[in-house]
Amino acid sequence: MLEAFQEFFRQFAADHPTWNFIFFYEERQWNKVISGLWMTIKLSVVCVIFSVIIGIVGAAMQGARSAIVRGIVQGYIQFFRNTPPFVQLLFFYFALGRFTPTYSPDGWLEVPIISNVGWAIISLSFFAGAFNVEIFRAGVEAVPKSTQEASEALGFTRLQTFAYIVLPLALRVSIPSLNNNLVNLVKTTTQAFVIAVPELLYQSITIWNDFPSAQNPMMLVLFISYLALVGILVLGMNKWERSMRIPGYGA
Amino acid sequence: MTWTPDQPIVSIHNVKKAFGSLEVLKGVSMDIMKGEVICIIGPSGSGKSTLIRCINALNDIQGGSITVEGQEVHDDNLDRLELRKKVGMVFQQYNLFPHKTALENVMMAPVKVLKQNKAEVETRARELLRKVRLEGKENSYPGELSGGQQQRVAIARSLAMSPDVMLFDEVTAALDPETVKEVLVTIKDLAAEGMTCILVTHEMGFAREVADHIYFTDKGVIVEHGPPETFFDNAQDPRTKEFLSQIL
Ligand SMILES: Nc1ncnc2c1ncn2[C@@H]1O[C@H](COP(=O)(O)OP(=O)(O)OP(=O)(O)O)[C@@H](O)[C@H]1O
Ligand SMILES: [Mg+2]
Repeated sequence: MLEAFQEFFRQFAADHPTWNFIFFYEERQWNKVISGLWMTIKLSVVCVIFSVIIGIVGAAMQGARSAIVRGIVQGYIQFFRNTPPFVQLLFFYFALGRFTPTYSPDGWLEVPIISNVGWAIISLSFFAGAFNVEIFRAGVEAVPKSTQEASEALGFTRLQTFAYIVLPLALRVSIPSLNNNLVNLVKTTTQAFVIAVPELLYQSITIWNDFPSAQNPMMLVLFISYLALVGILVLGMNKWERSMRIPGYGA
Repeated sequence: MTWTPDQPIVSIHNVKKAFGSLEVLKGVSMDIMKGEVICIIGPSGSGKSTLIRCINALNDIQGGSITVEGQEVHDDNLDRLELRKKVGMVFQQYNLFPHKTALENVMMAPVKVLKQNKAEVETRARELLRKVRLEGKENSYPGELSGGQQQRVAIARSLAMSPDVMLFDEVTAALDPETVKEVLVTIKDLAAEGMTCILVTHEMGFAREVADHIYFTDKGVIVEHGPPETFFDNAQDPRTKEFLSQIL
């Protein structure tokens, strides 16, 4: 069965020289595709989670009494929103990476404690997080001041009010914009390529560098993978949005 | 100095409050004893809401003093939680938490703020909802309730903290005439049970019926005050007379 499948694509490549689905009959290439896809998924999931946490913490800090705290958040947003993520990745990896301590697992090799994957996660999470702060802030501003006052009058602290009242209401308002930004984030993970993170784009390019005849099939793999990944994300977000709907509230 | 029940439970002395250059309270004083029901009336913009918001520190003040059970409210070292456990507040716009059911609205503060046992709080919350005549609405969201029902949930929510004093700021002003009564009945029950109530209201008939004392404010000062009979039937100040003639 598998034999026949592999044989079919081997023959197909022979008949169509620009459509060499090499990963279907050569295990080494198949493993590259799978590991690339897996890395892309890990990168996406971890960055989505961190960027949402950064967004929430940032939006909470923007409500702080201290002007210094608010200023720091504002500076962070300006920096990450207004510079290219590609450059940010390079900056984190090459500029900051040089100053991170190293450790030596075998007494010979010096390994930095933050790998290129680590830097990609940090860089991309902060990049998308900057947008998330703005998105959540818009949601926070949509929560009536009077609702927060009622909560304060009941003895909730500012932080409790944020956690139990403001955030749950703000999230509901924010989901559509959050949706867009997270879709962008998943697509932006391809840029981790620039610091040699072995994600799907990186692996695809190594494959077609070795086998130019596999370029078209690899492009196809890329498109289909991202369509599927983003599709799952959007489905999940829509489901979440529906589950958060409050009877008799909003539209 | 510890507070004893023979002293005013809320004591407001020469309170001054300004928003920027706008002076809203220009030296207001009143003493409220435990179990008393006070109504504050006056024209729009005279500072009624501002005054009662100062009592639970939702607004700060620029001068004078406010004490609740002997505790100075406008003190930098104020324990806000202590104050807010003592003072409950109900707002004109109900301000319920829209993402929580009626029952959850009532339970939330005792569970999250006072860290009380959830099962016990639930029993108490159901009782409170019964008391404000909302049995059967426990699982409704605010958006599914009428204005009057929402306001009664808000009252129950405040009562769940077992306050010693309740503040009501024009709590029937946003309601249609039929539902006003159900809320007023609820407040009247509370007053009858001995709850100390400070109400801002435009319901003169209600004020006359439940209040022990009426205060009339205009332009940031108390123009006149007295028990309802003398206040309504024997007002002295021309501003009071004019206001009453317009409203009655
Ligand atoms: N947060 C604020 N900032 C600036 N001005 C304010 C603020 N809150 C109230 N004011 C002003 O203070 C004055 C008194 O307002 P307040 O709400 O206490 O009046 P009120 O007697 O409750 O009136 P109403 O019967 O319309 O509710 C008004 O002129 C109002 O515009
Ligand atoms: Mg008012």
